[in-house]
Amino acid sequence: MEPLLRMSGISKSFPGVRALSDVSFDLMKGELHALVGENGAGKSTLMKILSGLYKADEGDLYLRGEKVTSTGLAEMIRQGVGVIYQELNLIPYLSVSENIFLGREPRTKVGTIDWPKMHAMTEEVLKPFKLDIKPKQQVMSLGAAYQQIIEIAKALSLKAEILVMDEPTAALTGNEVDRLFEIIGELKDNGVSIIYISHRLEEVHLLADRITILRDGERVITKKRGEMSNDEMIKYMVGRVLEEQYPQYDSKAGEVVLEVKALTKKGICDNVSFQARSGEILGFVGLVGAGRTEIMQTIYGYRKMDSGEILLRGKPVVIRNCQDAVMKGIGLIPEERKQQGLILGMSVFDNAALSVLDLYSTLGVLHRSKINDEVNSMVDSMNIKTPSVKQLVVNLSGGNQQKVVLAKWFIRHCDVYIFDEPTRGIDVGAKVEIYRLMQNLAKRGAAVIMISSELPEVMNISDRIAVVFEGRIVKQFKKGELNDEQVMEYSLGLHERRRA
Amino acid sequence: MKKTIDYKQLLKNNGILIVFLLICVVLSFLSPYFFTTNNILNIIRQTSIYGIIAVGMTFVILTGGIDLSVGSILALSGAIAAGMMKNQGAAPLVAALVAILVGAGIGLINGLLVTIGKIAPFVVTLGMVTIARGLTLIYTKGYPISGFSPEFRYLGGGYILGIPVPVIVFIAMVALAWFILNHTRLGRYTYAIGGNEETVKLSGINVKFYKSMVYVIVGIMSSFSALILSARLNSAEAVAGQGYELDVIAAVVIGGTSLSGGRGSIIGTLIGALLIGTINNGMNLLGISPYFQQVVKGALIIGAVILDRLRAESN
Repeated sequence: MEPLLRMSGISKSFPGVRALSDVSFDLMKGELHALVGENGAGKSTLMKILSGLYKADEGDLYLRGEKVTSTGLAEMIRQGVGVIYQELNLIPYLSVSENIFLGREPRTKVGTIDWPKMHAMTEEVLKPFKLDIKPKQQVMSLGAAYQQIIEIAKALSLKAEILVMDEPTAALTGNEVDRLFEIIGELKDNGVSIIYISHRLEEVHLLADRITILRDGERVITKKRGEMSNDEMIKYMVGRVLEEQYPQYDSKAGEVVLEVKALTKKGICDNVSFQARSGEILGFVGLVGAGRTEIMQTIYGYRKMDSGEILLRGKPVVIRNCQDAVMKGIGLIPEERKQQGLILGMSVFDNAALSVLDLYSTLGVLHRSKINDEVNSMVDSMNIKTPSVKQLVVNLSGGNQQKVVLAKWFIRHCDVYIFDEPTRGIDVGAKVEIYRLMQNLAKRGAAVIMISSELPEVMNISDRIAVVFEGRIVKQFKKGELNDEQVMEYSLGLHERRRA
Repeated sequence: MKKTIDYKQLLKNNGILIVFLLICVVLSFLSPYFFTTNNILNIIRQTSIYGIIAVGMTFVILTGGIDLSVGSILALSGAIAAGMMKNQGAAPLVAALVAILVGAGIGLINGLLVTIGKIAPFVVTLGMVTIARGLTLIYTKGYPISGFSPEFRYLGGGYILGIPVPVIVFIAMVALAWFILNHTRLGRYTYAIGGNEETVKLSGINVKFYKSMVYVIVGIMSSFSALILSARLNSAEAVAGQGYELDVIAAVVIGGTSLSGGRGSIIGTLIGALLIGTINNGMNLLGISPYFQQVVKGALIIGAVILDRLRAESN
């Protein structure tokens, strides 16, 4: 049978980088074909060629057996290719209807927008999803999962036969993920073909009919579901055997560095108390939206607390803003790498040096050579892959970008490091490196706090774990004391319901 | 093969410089007077009045802000310096210092309204345009203040080693700004804030302070320019500097500094300012009508931004 989509011998180069070389890929009708690989393996580039954003240097693209000669975004949409990017592309202030029919709004006879018709069409498009979404609703008021579904609905309303989903579950919580998977199943039953990009291998095993692994711009292997174990997949992805997904180390918890007492901020957190010790990693789990990020931001002075106390090495401190926090030895590596962690248009050097310019200057004049030495040795020791420190960070892969954010904070020696989702959207190899870096900080005597939505990661990397539910810490335990299911119960608040 | 790519890159990165040199070559052929020492010094001297402000404006625009009130700050600080010398008999140096403090003070108010008041820079400085102009009119009662001592006028008409004093001040300011932008925290934070303010804030840097400082800098630069202008005209008027913000912003933008912040250079601003000065001068030499000159200048600004856009897209 002729596949719905066939890409053959695709090559693509960018100045200085060969992003894809001789990659072939195909997709059958109604199939879910997962595309897996480390960051920088070429998945996104391949999909951008399919979407018409890039033009391949070599190779051909066939749809329904016919060679596609003129690519381009509009042409590929017309051909039935819909791409849902990792960063959702909805306009927050516009309504659901306007987002779905953006640029092709139904018109009245005099040329104004035919609102009733547009809303009716939206209802029609959303009907199969059986969700409580009103066409007039502002997109901003919807959660990430619903926004994702609107993107899918939009693609389907454009008669998409091929859907590309790039890390669709990255921002979703457990329930939302389940709902999305149901919808994916329904889509497949209706003959929609899906290309699914994900770092979460469990999902890939669960959903994919076939799996293709890319590495360094080349196709390594394509196999049917069940023909490859997790370990094999990882081996193909990284091209070497990872000794261990979660490196172990001997933690030596020392004195209490950071103590938070009864931290309260209305609508965000309620009576939060915990201690972080030197030499240990304290994990924070909970559902997305439970308030973990907000609690840390409040400690860091990014938000104002209503009441509560923060003690550093036993002494009460007042943290009015982020500057105070940094001066007192707290570093926060934010969740949103691109929006909050990096200055994308600036160099690796400028980004990494940002947090220490005050330490290496006299009366505001910088000691350039000293900063240079610091940054260069940090880039080397962290194994950041960049042609030079002058490279703009926007040109680096996700894992290397994250390392630049970490470098910025490692150069400045903090007593407390708060990591907010440090491994989100990062490939397996880079994850292990980041775990090791966090462990080294702990060994160096820092107190390390890690927020993560990946339960296996928190359970394996943390020495102690706090579970957050609706802005409160509902359970704290030592590594190994609880199993995954028990932690999920606390995260979902089930323990309280049971008691009640 | 490699060589051609290098030329392309060269053209892309130095587009405005090449345009500037081309215009100079063309003008030298069209007017025999153009390429004389006298005329060149004249161009730079005329350029320096708004060029100095453009140096300060580069800081503001690099943070992603804008200051529309520079012309009004110029008028106010110039009038106050003039008034102090004429009415209070203050020494030129004292009057100059007070003028600079006035410029810094208004810049600080602008900066605080932007950072602490959280009002858009466009709105704050738009308001300041009329406030400062109004204060100038109140102070001068609408009359020009003229007739300064030779020492003060030296600032506008004097020469050191054959180079006009305004040119020396301008070049010194460019050099100082280059140093600040590349070798001080203030400079690096200026770029960083324009690149991603949120990241800078989360890195524990006092964004409000540094962002306010760029408005102080442009305020001070406007005062410097005011002193030179009054010294040169031997008069300070309430209407001085009207419309200067346009030439100043044009110089910065033509020089390749992005209006959304984070990207640009002081050397670019220098070239941008000189380009505007040269075209003004050249068109005057060629006897082109002042009405038509305006059209050319406007087209130049748009052309420069298109050039910049092409460069950004090809990268």
